[in-house]
Amino acid sequence: MALERLFRRKRPSGGNRDVPELWTKCEACGAQIYKKEFQENLHVCPKCGHHHRLPAQERVAMLADPGTFQETTRLRPLDPLGFVDTKPYVERLKAYQAETGRPDAILGGTCQIGGVPAVLLVMDYAFAGGSMGSVVGEEIARGAERAAEEGRALVIVAASGGARMQEAALSLMQMAKTVMTLDRVWARRLPYVSVLTDPTTGGVTASFAALADVILAEPGALIGFAGPRVIRQTIRQELPEGFQRSEFLLKHGMVDRVTDRRRLKEELVRVLRHLHPGVAYAPGV
Amino acid sequence: MPLEFEKPILELERRIAELKETAKATGVDLEAEIRLLEERLARLRKETYENLTPWQRVQLARAPGRPTTLDVLEKAFQDFIELHGDRAFADDPAIVGGLAYLEGEKVVVVGHQKGRDTKENLQRNFGMPHPEGYRKAMRLMDLADRFGYPFLTFVDTPGAYPGVSAEERGQAWVIAQSIQRMSRLRVPAVTVILGEGGSGGALAIAVANRVLILENAWYSVISPESCAAILWRDAKEAPKAAEALKLTAKDLLQLKVVDAIVPEPEGGAHKDPDRAIRNIKEALLKALEELKGLSPEALYEDRYRRFRSLGAFAEP
Ligand SMILES: [Zn+2]
Ligand SMILES: [Zn+2]
Repeated sequence: MALERLFRRKRPSGGNRDVPELWTKCEACGAQIYKKEFQENLHVCPKCGHHHRLPAQERVAMLADPGTFQETTRLRPLDPLGFVDTKPYVERLKAYQAETGRPDAILGGTCQIGGVPAVLLVMDYAFAGGSMGSVVGEEIARGAERAAEEGRALVIVAASGGARMQEAALSLMQMAKTVMTLDRVWARRLPYVSVLTDPTTGGVTASFAALADVILAEPGALIGFAGPRVIRQTIRQELPEGFQRSEFLLKHGMVDRVTDRRRLKEELVRVLRHLHPGVAYAPGV
Repeated sequence: MPLEFEKPILELERRIAELKETAKATGVDLEAEIRLLEERLARLRKETYENLTPWQRVQLARAPGRPTTLDVLEKAFQDFIELHGDRAFADDPAIVGGLAYLEGEKVVVVGHQKGRDTKENLQRNFGMPHPEGYRKAMRLMDLADRFGYPFLTFVDTPGAYPGVSAEERGQAWVIAQSIQRMSRLRVPAVTVILGEGGSGGALAIAVANRVLILENAWYSVISPESCAAILWRDAKEAPKAAEALKLTAKDLLQLKVVDAIVPEPEGGAHKDPDRAIRNIKEALLKALEELKGLSPEALYEDRYRRFRSLGAFAEP
């Protein structure tokens, strides 16, 4: 895909090998997979179906119609609290920026999805665990406002450990901010679809991600409010099998569908075409 | 149980009382000694309470005897009638709410409720709500909106309950919904952070036009202990985390996360709860006065603008 090439970045090489690694290993079943096949299969193991985390630019490439994506996310983070733990926040930010080539944990812009005009926002787990600080909150707010102004559908792909600790109360306030701007989308009767991927927890689940018209979740994704470690510590018991996974959430009524990544675009398009008032009867894709 | 930094003060108070007792019982003139100790006490108090560290404030925010939502309702309001249940699953004792009058004005009130002793704390789950608590809160928001009465909330929670049952019943979903419901109120909404403002579990009922905070309360995205456990890999580093998180009333005012600070009596609200509650009432009335005359739509837009403007970032 053209977009895939557009977004491809030089990764820091892992050693002195000049021969590129041709094979990769499934995290779940251990199967050796030819890298090219793995990529074409959207990072889903062809043997066991395990969904590996998908880099943000590849997510955009798989969802946006080819050649339609215009990036809008360019805000840069600050360090409003002068936060220092074992390392200063500004240094952590620099490291993440160098690693991902992105100013913060979100990649988004305008595009067409199955011909439906959309604002597509993808959280980047590789950047500080996809955590939501001021930049992520503001980009989501602006994305929602843009969708409302331009008559676009809103699609947000969540992948996040929650609110960003290093911006503390300001991160918390992003939960309210993002939720409130969704009202603008509602007021224009435009669809908002939330795609929950592994992992989506904390303040991201408990704000915009949970409030979509339609919520799709990828198979096996960890989704919840509190993280499993915290819950285990609180109740001092082992957690039930499959707890907080997509299928568990479907069973408990929290998501609309668990959708295999290889069918995600197709389902997303069907939902968007149905809900978007600007699209007439359009069965199939 | 006194807090660690209160101990030297309490010790000095005890010695002064003892001396006074002795003077009275024996008739010996100890006035000079007493005066000396009293001066020392005044200095020690000033030194301690004017230089409280964030971590010491966190401890004050959790001090037993600090006014809870029900204490405020009993003393600052009239005729509180508690309403129970979420009409779906259960009544959550960690969140209380109902109808009340504030200086004769009809209001609807919701707040986290911690126990005032160990037994009550267990019953109230230490003020950590389950989804049904937030559903009850949303029901009362509906009520306030329908009748056009101001909606007041009191925040005092370490956080929403992190447990299996809470997750099964959609903790994240109800917090999101509660934030949304409160943001859509067409009536004046005022929040007072009484003690602990722990993360999304606090924010769920704190999306107000005016957010007030008690002088020694804290409000942040995570508790200092949990933050320390993650970033320092040691919960014992909580004092450092408390510092880094900028979670005190003063810091939050600077960040515009809160709009005003409600003063506490010297030594903290637990030293003189009645006075703290009088201050809370005064601050509430002032906030409501400021919102008077705003139309339902203007109240919504005011709240929208308030939260829309929060955050720090640089344009490219
Ligand atoms: Zn790939
Ligand atoms: Zn596999």
